[in-house]
Amino acid sequence: MEEIRNYTMNFGPQHPAAHGVLRLVLEMDGETIVRADPHIGLLHRGTEKLAESKPFNQSIGYMDRLDYVSMMCNEHAYVRAIEGLLGIEAPVRAQYIRTMFDEITRILNHLMWVGSNALDLGAMAVFLYAFREREELMDVYEAVSGARMHATYYRPGGVYRDLPEQMSKYRESPWHKGSDLKRLNAWREGSMLDYLTEFTNDFPARVDEYESLLTNNRIWKQRTVGIGVIPPEKAQAWGMTGAMLRGSGIAWDLRKKQPYASYAEMDFDIPVGVNGDCYDRYLVRVEEMRQSNRIIKQCVAWLKANPGPVMTQNYKVSPPSREEMKSDMEALIHHFKLFTEGYGVPAGETYAAVEAPKGEFGCYLVSDGANKPFRVHLRAPGFAHLSSMDAIVRGHMLADVVAMIGTYDLVFGEVDR
Amino acid sequence: MSVTNETSLVERLAARFGDMLVVNVERNEVTAEVAPRDLISVATALRDEAGFRFTTVIDVCGIDYLGYGQTEWDTDTAQGESFSRGVEGQAVGRFTWDERPRAVELPRRYAAVIHLLSIELNQRIRLRAFCEDDAFPVVPSITPVWPGADWFEREAFDLFGIIFDGHPDLRRILTDYGFVGHPFRKDFPLIGNVEVRYDPEQKRVVYEPVSIEPRVLVPRTIRNDADLDQARAESADHWREN
Repeated sequence: MEEIRNYTMNFGPQHPAAHGVLRLVLEMDGETIVRADPHIGLLHRGTEKLAESKPFNQSIGYMDRLDYVSMMCNEHAYVRAIEGLLGIEAPVRAQYIRTMFDEITRILNHLMWVGSNALDLGAMAVFLYAFREREELMDVYEAVSGARMHATYYRPGGVYRDLPEQMSKYRESPWHKGSDLKRLNAWREGSMLDYLTEFTNDFPARVDEYESLLTNNRIWKQRTVGIGVIPPEKAQAWGMTGAMLRGSGIAWDLRKKQPYASYAEMDFDIPVGVNGDCYDRYLVRVEEMRQSNRIIKQCVAWLKANPGPVMTQNYKVSPPSREEMKSDMEALIHHFKLFTEGYGVPAGETYAAVEAPKGEFGCYLVSDGANKPFRVHLRAPGFAHLSSMDAIVRGHMLADVVAMIGTYDLVFGEVDR
Repeated sequence: MSVTNETSLVERLAARFGDMLVVNVERNEVTAEVAPRDLISVATALRDEAGFRFTTVIDVCGIDYLGYGQTEWDTDTAQGESFSRGVEGQAVGRFTWDERPRAVELPRRYAAVIHLLSIELNQRIRLRAFCEDDAFPVVPSITPVWPGADWFEREAFDLFGIIFDGHPDLRRILTDYGFVGHPFRKDFPLIGNVEVRYDPEQKRVVYEPVSIEPRVLVPRTIRNDADLDQARAESADHWREN
């Protein structure tokens, strides 16, 4: 009788290293992967179909919930697509605010990534350090939108409101008191921008801490160096973008190559890898955090010096002020129409992309002139990356699949949509 | 690079493909309509030839044009009926392709839309291939040209029922195991066709037809007025003054 050697293993969908609800059917030869078949869709919510049934502005909140660790970048692609069809542009200050929050989001995402990826590969401590800084940045999200994660802050034509004059403070409580309370509120005496200034001055030293835990760590290098090597041609053919592409040595970044918001005015560098393995992608992402910090610094300086409107004056798209609504009947009617029926977007189609932390996040929008989109397609970077799983992990060991899932930086909110 | 400095992408497309592509430029985005039978040869040329070099497939998605340009109910004048319109009105999903109101004449119902990116030349292009048969939509698969199109095509097949001829593994991808229908088709109701509940007698989860009616809360409206242009001009003036 012929000896049966290959066997099939089911990985996930409830596995701590699956980063959500990935189910992998792995055909194994001993501990070597012969074939990997990812099953996705367990978090499919039909976001695109839901968006077709609602006026344009009511779907902005859904965008946060796609890639739920890089919220505002998703919103950015969606509002940029609408702005493209409407032919409007956000005021300069709003563009700087968006640039700043895109970079805050990038740091948030990369912190989550470095923490959880290290956790997957056996380094517990990084996760705890990374979440310390994430908390500080989430407070900025909360200060500006009222929500720590799902901000719904961007609007076609600008952002919902200007940055707060006063950063929120901790109150005295049985848990926060005395010197502890003083430390927590140390950065919070001034405005949100002052708080960010303190953060950006402090953050490079924090990145050094993560690096001291990982970059020369022997175990970390054993798990990542030479694992999941993606040659540049292969990366392009599989539709890879972002750090997956840059890790393979291609200096491609939409912020430089097809600048949007106010990236053209920013001074920053694009890190690229050499070998295209998991370790290079780690180095790229860590360096991106440092570069994002630089961009935030420049935005903070500009925003401190340049007050101005943050929403377009095109009243077909932007609502009237609260004061006007209280005294002017027309303004009240206008407000009512805008928040029930919404606004019509001229017929046409557009594709707007942003350099999201995970890669190119795009929004293909088709409008037939109605107040609801006719078709929205969201191009999620994680979807394209995960599709290459089978081609990349063949011949690797089972443990390397976990390293690979980590290096793809998967979030199933965007993969499954 | 000399090729690209002298001519625009549109000119190069016209010179290379002639009548095979119907090229259209809006907001600096190049859209080329291609017949399904030419898709593979055009795609291969776009990937390999100098002046195009579209080495990356960014996106492939399906579109169902049923109900394009169609409003859900009349909002220009006062109407006697109220909420019943939301349940009984001629909303998208309550008419088939053959019964469709002819507000906007479209030749075909389904299309596959492909977005390509050239990293070398920093240019993008959108290809659209209309499926010739509305009852059985088929387009050739571009997976042999770009392996990255694999899952995008599976997604379009799952959600729209577009068959990608030559795809190596055309399975459903996003919907549940054993799902019936193609949920992103415009005649598929937003609330779906089945609901699940736990049946304590059978001691398992059972599927049943949905018990609620589909309902439109905010109607689609298309206002063909000049308000938007006017507002745009006003806001432009506003910026000039300040």
